[in-house]
Amino acid sequence: MSRVENLDQIVEAFGPHLHDSPHDGWRADRVIDKVVPTHCPYCAVQCGMNLLVENDHVVGVEPRYDFPVNEGRLCPKGVTAYLQVHHPDRLLYPLIKRNGKFERASWDEALDLVVAKFKELQASHGKDSIGVYSGSSLTTEKTYLMGKFARAGLGTRYVDYNGRLCMVSAAAGNNKAFGIDRAANPWSDIPLAEVLLIAGANCAETFPVLNKFLWQQRDNGGSWIIVDPRETATARQGDLHLQLKPGTDVALANGMLHVLIEENLIDQKFIDERTNDWSATRDLAHRYSPDVASQICGVPAEKIVAAARLYGRAQTAMVMHARGIEHHTNGVNNVLSYINLVLATGKIGAPGRGYGTITGQGNGQGGREHGQKADQLPGQRSISNPEHRKHVCQVWNLPEDELPEAGVSVVEMFQKMREREIRGLLSICNNVMVSLPDTNKVRESLEGLDFYVCIDFFMSEGSRYADVVLPGSAWSEDEGVTTNSEGRVVKINKANNPPGEARSDWWIVQEIARRMGRGKYFAFNSPRDIFDELRIASRGGNADYYGISWEKIEQNNGIFWPCPTEDHPGTPRLFEERFYHPDGKAKFHAIEFNPPKEVPDEEFPLILTSGRVVYQYLSGNQTRRIGFLVQQCPEPYVEIHPETAMKLKINDGERVRVVSRRGEGEFPALVVRTIRPDTIFIPYHWGEELAVNQLTNPMLDPISKIPEFKACSARIEKIHSRALPIMGQQRKGASLSEVQRG
Amino acid sequence: MEETMFIDPQRCIGCRACVAACRECATHKGYSMIFVDYIDRAQTTATMPTLCMHCNEPTCALVCPADAIKVSEDGVVMSALKPRCLDCRNCVNACPFGVPKYNTQMHLQMKCDMCFDRSSEGLKPMCASVCPTGAISFGKYEQIVPLRRTKPVNVHVFGNQRVETKVYLMLPTDADEVKVDGCGVFEGMLTQGDNEVPVESWIDTQVEESDKNNEF
Repeated sequence: MSRVENLDQIVEAFGPHLHDSPHDGWRADRVIDKVVPTHCPYCAVQCGMNLLVENDHVVGVEPRYDFPVNEGRLCPKGVTAYLQVHHPDRLLYPLIKRNGKFERASWDEALDLVVAKFKELQASHGKDSIGVYSGSSLTTEKTYLMGKFARAGLGTRYVDYNGRLCMVSAAAGNNKAFGIDRAANPWSDIPLAEVLLIAGANCAETFPVLNKFLWQQRDNGGSWIIVDPRETATARQGDLHLQLKPGTDVALANGMLHVLIEENLIDQKFIDERTNDWSATRDLAHRYSPDVASQICGVPAEKIVAAARLYGRAQTAMVMHARGIEHHTNGVNNVLSYINLVLATGKIGAPGRGYGTITGQGNGQGGREHGQKADQLPGQRSISNPEHRKHVCQVWNLPEDELPEAGVSVVEMFQKMREREIRGLLSICNNVMVSLPDTNKVRESLEGLDFYVCIDFFMSEGSRYADVVLPGSAWSEDEGVTTNSEGRVVKINKANNPPGEARSDWWIVQEIARRMGRGKYFAFNSPRDIFDELRIASRGGNADYYGISWEKIEQNNGIFWPCPTEDHPGTPRLFEERFYHPDGKAKFHAIEFNPPKEVPDEEFPLILTSGRVVYQYLSGNQTRRIGFLVQQCPEPYVEIHPETAMKLKINDGERVRVVSRRGEGEFPALVVRTIRPDTIFIPYHWGEELAVNQLTNPMLDPISKIPEFKACSARIEKIHSRALPIMGQQRKGASLSEVQRG
Repeated sequence: MEETMFIDPQRCIGCRACVAACRECATHKGYSMIFVDYIDRAQTTATMPTLCMHCNEPTCALVCPADAIKVSEDGVVMSALKPRCLDCRNCVNACPFGVPKYNTQMHLQMKCDMCFDRSSEGLKPMCASVCPTGAISFGKYEQIVPLRRTKPVNVHVFGNQRVETKVYLMLPTDADEVKVDGCGVFEGMLTQGDNEVPVESWIDTQVEESDKNNEF
């Protein structure tokens, strides 16, 4: 059974502890022996950075001015990223849990135990009794390996990845509308657009360096329309803020489409020549007058009209969106309804005219292309398509009947764990106790497992439940490619060796496969070997990497896929001539508005939405250990509008209890005018009793299977706590240098 | 004209990348010489970076009894020289911008020297290198003017004191100087309408307390 019994000991041994300087302190007398150009481990902007290496230790960071995406710019997470490499919390040797305590083990001992348990479970409960849950902060080589490991190594159908919690709604929407899943334009198109329509993307906090392009566009005289329930820094800086009610994007977009049609701001020639299914969408939009839309989404009708005119009248414009519209049970529909605006006005496939989702994780794009997704094979191929199966089996040299069928999404996998259909789990690059919705159910799933093995480089809240923890590598300790949010494939370079007995992730996974007796499918000697096979496996697929080489990437500061041949320059801008459906046309989708699965009622009168802060990255397993970042944002809080706070008699800074149908948590109140009175917001980077996901709704989008993180019903209760928010308390009267010493 | 800093508050997204990057300078021992404050978090997400404005006649140097604060040939006002600094904190208290800080552990005044070590090698200062939005930029006056829709201003009037600085603030095009009237700052606070008592949000104090103590 996978339980956490000695939490204090686990925290004492593995953190999170705060660490805030290079491994041997801040020193002025360093002799840097190499400068390694690479990319940030965090978000999908994939900023270039130079790591300063002294004696196999990463001791600092230097701006990489020559990488065109960021030109030296970094966010606070990027600047401090190197501090995780030699962090005292790093896992240095394999761990086996015995009598509730993690004990040091040798690699042979740990790997043999994993293999014995997997074999035992598969022998008595079938191949599918083991699940594999991977992530998209891995290099593309590793994500390819994880898909192949699950299917060819373990022979299980149950594999999925954490992009399921991130951008799958965008992926599904893009596939339905365009026949391919990739942002359509390079970011160098942004400054060429007169108008940007940005929906559900708090660019200031989630993609800080993307703001470089946004402000270039502004300097060129452009304007921004921002759709967000909160007045984020991005919304504040924009020209028109549509502060809608969470989960009502379809009504807003349909309302805008209505105005575009009424005022003849559509491009009929483009619609006739390059799209299908317009008439149903047009007829549907006819019913969503600005007044009707306004009633639903809470944005004044005149603002909807103004936004539609601004977007429709511009010669060049781009639509971008992120998790704010995608994390819904209507996530795919939200995406499709904004794509309708793009197609109706024909603003796509040309410089400054375009569309794109802003992918979240570092390799969110690459990680969803090469077969670690439940229904997918390398090259964005489908595991249900006989032709695609045949191609991949040929590359792998695997008999076709041994290739499993499609699995299920991660939230459904955790359901199957509770139903005992999945009894063993291998996870890498995720932290389920923070990131999955409905934390209490997730805990139940983990505790019910017969065997749980985690590959991690820090002990995450999720790995605490594991029976075996295998120490993997941080991003600077291995090489490989990632694909940023524009579709640009970039190269991560190795700066140092893993500390202690930690090993490269790909070695660990391959070693398990080898010991399972599947070594003939896993004879890779380096990430380059994996990349070379990936190129061939992706050949002819939508995400065609065949013509990309590591050298070509370095020479060109990245290559945009598809890149089908060795002399192909890559494809920065898609859809210039054709879309990727067989007839070359894009598809409209007539989308009717449906409310989120939970709407406020008397018992739970507020809409709870969740999101990120700039100082933390996703589940926080890396960033919640870095002193500087934690100091800026040490704990989650709940944003409440002053009107709502006044009704509930809640003061700023007071701890309150937030309750939903699934759970409750205590958070300090941040009383701010920058949120809607009917909405509250809690950032999600923390685990266990600090997790907003104790409250969130695990209901899924029927197509993308993304959970509804961005809208559920909640209420706030007063608890008369006198406890202060963490930092206010810690710093009372003390100088910063005293707090740091102490 | 030589290169200098341009601060554009409207572009600031409050990410504090500049604060983190400033610590990377080997001589700072992990302390940052730049500060980012919420203006009033209860009302807005607006934030603003503060770094040394490098005055043409620096008040900090004028009030230093030990002559510990030197100005370079290019007009960069340096940190206090360690052998000379008397721990008196005159500079900390006198600076009209509230920039120099006193390090209680190192017994030393510390402030921004515009990354003298980097700029002397032709590199941009760390804060201006990393700033995602260009809220902090480093370059020449004549290069930045055509790029922006704002106007660089370097005259600040604090009551009776007029301060010209090497560093520019980017302001609306009709502005010629920044006026901070001695009592006006508080006057605005006292006459605020709507029966609202202006209360500072806890999150403002959370990250800014050391700035207000003028201490590291």
